[in-house]
Amino acid sequence: MKRLFSLIAVCSALAFGGSALAQDKKADVPAEPSARATQPVPDATKPAEAKPAEAAPAAAGAAPAAGAAPAAGAAPAAAPAAAPTPNKGDVAWLMTSTALVLLMSVPALALFYGGMVRSKNMLSVLMQVFVVFSLIVVLWCVYGYSLAFTEGNQFIGGFDRLFLKGTFDSMKGEFAMAATFSKNTPIPELLFVAFQATFAAITCALILGAFAERMKFSAVLIFMVIWFTFAYTPIAHMVWFWAGPDAYTDPKLVDGLNAKAGMIWQWGALDFAGGTVVHINAGIAGLVGAYLVGKRTGFGKEKMTPHNLPMTMIGASLLWFGWFGFNAGSALEANNAAVLAFMNTFLATACAVLSWTFFEWIFKGKPSMLGAASGAVAGLVAITPAAGNVGIPGAFAIGLIAGVVCLWGVSGLKKMLGADDSLDVFGVHAVGGITGALLTGIFCSPDLGGPGYVADWVTAAMVKPADYSIMSQVITQAKAVGVTLVWSGVVAFIAFKIADIIVGLRVPEEQEREGLDITAHGESAYN
Amino acid sequence: MKLVTAIIKPFKLDEVREALSAIGVQGITVTEVKGFGRQKGHTELYRAAEYVVDFLPKVKIEAAIKSDMLDAVIEAIEKSANTGKIGDGKIFVFELEQVVRIRTGETGAEAL
Repeated sequence: MKRLFSLIAVCSALAFGGSALAQDKKADVPAEPSARATQPVPDATKPAEAKPAEAAPAAAGAAPAAGAAPAAGAAPAAAPAAAPTPNKGDVAWLMTSTALVLLMSVPALALFYGGMVRSKNMLSVLMQVFVVFSLIVVLWCVYGYSLAFTEGNQFIGGFDRLFLKGTFDSMKGEFAMAATFSKNTPIPELLFVAFQATFAAITCALILGAFAERMKFSAVLIFMVIWFTFAYTPIAHMVWFWAGPDAYTDPKLVDGLNAKAGMIWQWGALDFAGGTVVHINAGIAGLVGAYLVGKRTGFGKEKMTPHNLPMTMIGASLLWFGWFGFNAGSALEANNAAVLAFMNTFLATACAVLSWTFFEWIFKGKPSMLGAASGAVAGLVAITPAAGNVGIPGAFAIGLIAGVVCLWGVSGLKKMLGADDSLDVFGVHAVGGITGALLTGIFCSPDLGGPGYVADWVTAAMVKPADYSIMSQVITQAKAVGVTLVWSGVVAFIAFKIADIIVGLRVPEEQEREGLDITAHGESAYN
Repeated sequence: MKLVTAIIKPFKLDEVREALSAIGVQGITVTEVKGFGRQKGHTELYRAAEYVVDFLPKVKIEAAIKSDMLDAVIEAIEKSANTGKIGDGKIFVFELEQVVRIRTGETGAEAL
């Protein structure tokens, strides 16, 4: 335990030091906060139906130097014009969405997972979700947001926003603005920080299901700090960081702006709400954890039945409810894209419930409640990257396919993998996420009822149906999936090894037999 | 005196109690138990994990009675607990050496 505290102390010391350095550096750049406050500085946001402008390179190629001008530098020119203020509807919706994603995590995911473990480990699951969520929100505000959503290189951001510095100027009473996906439609950057904080936190909490019922609490926390820092923030940066639509004022700027975006965004991969960043990222980390932590004592010999499936059902239902914030909120605005994401989240989930249920009925003999709840989560996961990127036909197809593919993920595939991924984090989240990410490339096509993507951010023109290549988009999606699997898998492996060296991954066998509630937390769920 | 122990299907408990009361049995003790006999258990499937549940829930009733009531008690239980399907349970009969009513100190048949 002492070692854990010293680790936390070292981390915070480093963070404060870095903050001080960044403060000094900032002194050379006067008026930066006010530029942010008055201008929708295209610093922090992520693409939805977004793709680098492909139509523009002919013009843009001529002026790489102009393209290199930082977005903030362009601000003064536009400053005299009335600065756009946030739309109250957008702000209200995004605050609501943020709270909905919180609901998905601390009650919903915790109950969904908690119901599936044995009663002696119920509190340990609730506790891990609760504390990991809180830990990541704190780290997000210390350095995570800065690493994910400020300009750096194509893999990771910088330290400009350590401790959220510069998001609110208390002397002037001005709030920095973040871009959305529409020009001249900013939102307060702090709101974007909060919304994204919930994403980072739930992603880390998802991993917990893979090694439930046996991992040391201290090792869980150490793993999470390392994995969040070196896997979550870079993947979020690679997939979602770009300059924002307002920066694209001239075709000459396009190449330079695109070059500053995250690597996967530059490739043009579509990930509306986190198929790669959240689900594949967490799923593969969970699988690595299941291998490294090892199987539960008695796995395959003793009964390890879920202790309370009604709680799992309540959790799955609250996940569905909260997911409207997760997916429709990812439009960042209360607009058509948000409505499309909302409807797709509704429909695909229902399709996946039916798909899982009927295939389970056919192949396993009985349609189970756990199956229906799992089908809902599978559908939600799969529609996540697609939410605002496909039309209604896409939602039907993705839901129906995800239900049966994830059913295979937790049965046939799970047997092949041979790991005790206790609550099927890989089988549902990685498999569902990959399914959704690849199908997004297909059903985004206007020919298949999808909205397409923005082909030119200067004019905000959508791709022409004739120009949409399903094959090349699917390949791009597959590359994004591949990078996420490898990056997250490697970081997870190292993070588990470090946690193993510092405190050891597993609790002793007697403690595992007695249950983590009593041995790790000194209380029991049911008395 | 005899001690009659019967293992029955849980949903038959009320009928058995009524039948025993009707023939004058003064009291019974009921315990929820699990066990197996000829009736097969069932399998439970949670995603890919399949578990065979061998032990089925049953109710055990115990009644201490005078020896002359034995046949009536056995008949009452046999009739009231019967469904005709496998798993209806069994009746065990034991000799009972002594009974003491704790409140009064009465012993033997007086205490029943």
